[in-house]
Amino acid sequence: MDIVVNMSSTLCLLLGSFLCLSGGVGIIRFPDFYTRMHAVGVTDTLGAGMILIGLMLLNPDGLVIIKLLMILVMTLFISPVASHALAKAAFRNDLVPESDRNENKGGTESSSS
Amino acid sequence: MLIAATIAILVVMIMAIIRGFVGPTLYDRILAVNMFGTKTVLLISLLGFVMGRPEFLDIAIVYALINFISIIGVLHFSDSTVFRHDPHDTGSTKKES
Repeated sequence: MDIVVNMSSTLCLLLGSFLCLSGGVGIIRFPDFYTRMHAVGVTDTLGAGMILIGLMLLNPDGLVIIKLLMILVMTLFISPVASHALAKAAFRNDLVPESDRNENKGGTESSSS
Repeated sequence: MLIAATIAILVVMIMAIIRGFVGPTLYDRILAVNMFGTKTVLLISLLGFVMGRPEFLDIAIVYALINFISIIGVLHFSDSTVFRHDPHDTGSTKKES
């Protein structure tokens, strides 16, 4: 029983580390602000969640699990709100996404929607 | 395994701070700082488990709240002209061909 919990904790930590690393590569290599925001969103939700769940499995103490759950819930509430505010501020201040820019460069007709 | 996850989070933090220094637009820098703060929360909790002192989780909770308030506080000024982005500036790292 103990080794099953240890193995699942290791698996969760490994998956979380991989997702965080892929998000880090994404924030370096993606071409646009909005695509970089997508890479950060992956690390904020699933990467942080997997690492925190792995830590929860590692510790049988009750209070520690409650604190980790608080961090998880706060991350899941805070990160979408901050991302939404940031994307809305960027879009309202005329930061054009890369795909729209390429569309407008080809012809004079305006893009739909 | 905890050590490996800690090292991975440290590498991700270095990547985020590189984007914060390089970032062509202001929003890239804000995004990088946001990611840096979130990863700091994870790093503090992981370091608490590595050192065998899970009391560090209180600091992680406080850090998550401070990070959120700082991002919202900066974006509260997004009406000012400093945040205004020039539409002709590409703001991308891709080279113009």
